[in-house]
Amino acid sequence: MKALIELYIQQFKTTLAMMVAYRASLLIWMIGQVLEPLVYLIVWSIVSNNNGGSIGDYTTSQFAAYFILLMLVNQVTYTWVMYEFEYRIREGNFSFTLLRPVHPIHADIADNISSKLITTPSMIVVAVALGLVFHVSLAPQPWAIALFFPALFLAFAIRFFIEWTLAMLTFWTTRVGAANQTYFVLMLFLSGQFAPLALLPAPIQVLANILPFRWLISYPIDLLMGRLTFNQALIGLGVQAAWLIVSFILLRVVWRAGIKVYSAVGA
Amino acid sequence: MNYLRLTMAFFWVGVISEVAYRINFFFQLFQSLISLGVAIAGISVIFSYTDSLGGWNAQEILALVGVYLLVGGIIGLIIRPGMEQFIASVRDGNLDFTLTKPEDAQLLVSIQRTNLWSLIDIALGMGVLITALVRLGEKVGAGQAGEFVLVLVAGGSIIYSFFLILATLSFWFVRIENILTVFQSLYEAGRWPVSLYPGWLRYGLTFVIPVAFATTVPAEALTGRLNWQTLVAASIVALVLLVVSRLFWRIGLRRYAGASA
Repeated sequence: MKALIELYIQQFKTTLAMMVAYRASLLIWMIGQVLEPLVYLIVWSIVSNNNGGSIGDYTTSQFAAYFILLMLVNQVTYTWVMYEFEYRIREGNFSFTLLRPVHPIHADIADNISSKLITTPSMIVVAVALGLVFHVSLAPQPWAIALFFPALFLAFAIRFFIEWTLAMLTFWTTRVGAANQTYFVLMLFLSGQFAPLALLPAPIQVLANILPFRWLISYPIDLLMGRLTFNQALIGLGVQAAWLIVSFILLRVVWRAGIKVYSAVGA
Repeated sequence: MNYLRLTMAFFWVGVISEVAYRINFFFQLFQSLISLGVAIAGISVIFSYTDSLGGWNAQEILALVGVYLLVGGIIGLIIRPGMEQFIASVRDGNLDFTLTKPEDAQLLVSIQRTNLWSLIDIALGMGVLITALVRLGEKVGAGQAGEFVLVLVAGGSIIYSFFLILATLSFWFVRIENILTVFQSLYEAGRWPVSLYPGWLRYGLTFVIPVAFATTVPAEALTGRLNWQTLVAASIVALVLLVVSRLFWRIGLRRYAGASA
């Protein structure tokens, strides 16, 4: 345990140093993170105004609140392991990682959390500024705020496990672009990144409830927007807990199988 | 004429090296079809709640998606690969070899690499564009078609100059591999007419990162929205940027010290 804590602290220092060295890349990355939800916010606001100020039970300012919260939830749960893994395997770096006495996922989690610690404050500033520009008002119940943080944490953990598992596809083939893109499309429509799920056709909503995506993005947002009753919120946490277990087991199984077929490039 | 011959020669080398990986064709086709599917699904959801978006109807937005894919394909085919390789060659010193060749170095770095599979995006974009125009029932006259080609060429030149200016910065700052992704992440915003965006974002997407000239303006030409002021402005911006990027390139080149220096 002590060794792990030390690893996390070291990783934090390394990540911090990297981020300072690549400030410009960080800024570019943030522009992308902000722009996509912002574009959907603008498009849906226009549609809502055309409709006399609301669609379904979303008013124009609730659309703004939705997409600004989306920006923040996405910021916290986002990972880049799928790109990273392909690069690692292709360049053969992964062999060195395997020599270390701890599971490589720890370094990735530490790296992810440390870079989030650095970027999240600026994202919050951007979100608050946009909230003012678009006249957003939020008045969540105290219990909703209390449940939001565990929900956000679970969303982060599940998304991390799922994307790390998908990233391991590189053990079998380095041509993972098509698989990754399919995943991103499912994520776009089924997690609520494109629009609040209530606005999508009914079959998609059913699918979204069954698959894990909605529990990664839309559920924490709905919680803060006061769209869930207390009971629904608790059920949501239960579903998240179930997905956490499933994704963890999947991760273990795929890791055991993947590590057997892994052969380093150039070996 | 010589330049055209050179471009074809480089393109041919690209074709020969890529046909060894024919399976990539299907992967790229799959990915392009998915991104087209996403765009169409998005439009159909949005237009199930409204008839028009900032004055554009569904078919006109679809035409814009066609232009978006087409221009994205042109960027991926010839503009981006060459500039990426150029930035890398400043870092590792391979630019030395380009400079010793008896042709204009700017031309050589611009055409040195092509990504053959981007032709898929170009074909898909044209297909979407034609479908949208047919469904609009709009008779695109010779005048409008001419305007479209003109603003498309202007938009392409603006994007090329913009990429060249960004890439030329690598003579001063060697570690900027990521700089071209600025454009990529903002280009996504070009899927919708820039007139939808609030003022600051619209100006940003027109004059700072020239996405508007690449997508909205050509789509305006095809849907009969283009006024002559925009046409003239696009042509002037294109000419000015071509000259400015050329001058900037020559200033940058003077700073280049070579690999071993």
